[in-house]
Amino acid sequence: MTLAVASGKGGTGKTTVAVNLALSQRKPVQLLDCDVEEPNAHLFLQPEIREREAVRVQVPSVDEERCTSCGECGRICQYHAIVLLKTKPLLFPELCHGCGGCALVCPTGAISETPREVGMIERGLRGSVRFAHGRLKVGEAMAVPVIRALKRSTEPCMLTLIDAPPGTSCPVVASLRGSDFVVLVTEPTPFGLNDLVLAVGMVRALELPFGVVINRADIGDSDVLDYCKTQAIPLLLQIPENRRLAEAYSRGEPAVKALPELRPMFETLCEHILAEATMPRGRLLKEVKIHADL
Amino acid sequence: MKIVVTSTGDGLEARVDPRFGRTTCFILYDTESKEASSVDNRQSLNAAQGAGIQAAETIARLGAECLLTGHCGPKAYRTLTAAGIRVYTGAQGTVAEAIVAFEQGRLTPAANADVEGHWV
Repeated sequence: MTLAVASGKGGTGKTTVAVNLALSQRKPVQLLDCDVEEPNAHLFLQPEIREREAVRVQVPSVDEERCTSCGECGRICQYHAIVLLKTKPLLFPELCHGCGGCALVCPTGAISETPREVGMIERGLRGSVRFAHGRLKVGEAMAVPVIRALKRSTEPCMLTLIDAPPGTSCPVVASLRGSDFVVLVTEPTPFGLNDLVLAVGMVRALELPFGVVINRADIGDSDVLDYCKTQAIPLLLQIPENRRLAEAYSRGEPAVKALPELRPMFETLCEHILAEATMPRGRLLKEVKIHADL
Repeated sequence: MKIVVTSTGDGLEARVDPRFGRTTCFILYDTESKEASSVDNRQSLNAAQGAGIQAAETIARLGAECLLTGHCGPKAYRTLTAAGIRVYTGAQGTVAEAIVAFEQGRLTPAANADVEGHWV
């Protein structure tokens, strides 16, 4: 079972939800921080990192003696990582997704592939939480190969929690693919709603079941609630605006450690998500509301 | 000589589009015959990445020798240079005004990209 935590807007509380769900499990669980451009779940979980592994992308190199400047390589590359103008192919390795298409179509075998390091996977442990995250090298543009490598390195039988990057672009899609359920975290503001609508469009296009968590539920307006109601989107949890939560966050302390009374809420949230993920579609969940008077 | 100007619309009276890779369209202009035509750039405009590289391929195919635009990033500049196209950045006003400025020698060729690359 894989649960992904995503959002349209950044800074809504994806990592808070993902880390606290992980820490509220009684059984062993694995947490993957797929925000490889800015991983931060480790700041809260503080795992002991035990393994590091480089992520490499196979990029083309051209033997100019054998190249006949036919341009087939440039025509197949959808990412403009190899182009042929008047002379020999121009290479932009930083744009290459490593699909190998150019080498396959080259009629003279002038293209070979060489590995290029784009990032790193780190694995560790904290209590019964198995942790892994990816780190994209500074200056690199493509997060997806690192995310794919990170997801390949998981234990298939365990409950897996994915902390996705914000937004709705390729790295998010790569993070969510293959999940059994997506939790979309938002805040009840016009910005939160705007980006939630985009995220809902994305998970619907991916045909993944999903529900919404509203963080800092006492601020803003009721438009997110109204939107969820009219769209029949399950509302999974409302986390109130709370000073003690914010203080714990600012110290890098997970909410369930600083405020142990929150643990049952996250446990219930997880039970409801698991029930929803294994149930037929269209069934509305009972909302879990954390009491505002923490 | 064929030159290409990045433009926000069709015709010589349209404004210069300061963007190269994600310009709305290109105006292809022949300095001898004084003929102008418009070339769509929608494919590069909507590209997820490599818009500048693809736009450079487009104008190389048009047989342009010079490009007049607002700004040019590093990957586009490298591609244009490989295609033997001279790049003039800082073009502004209408397309017609940019062409006049070019013909009067008031635009100078860019020796480098003048903006950072961007990914999405």
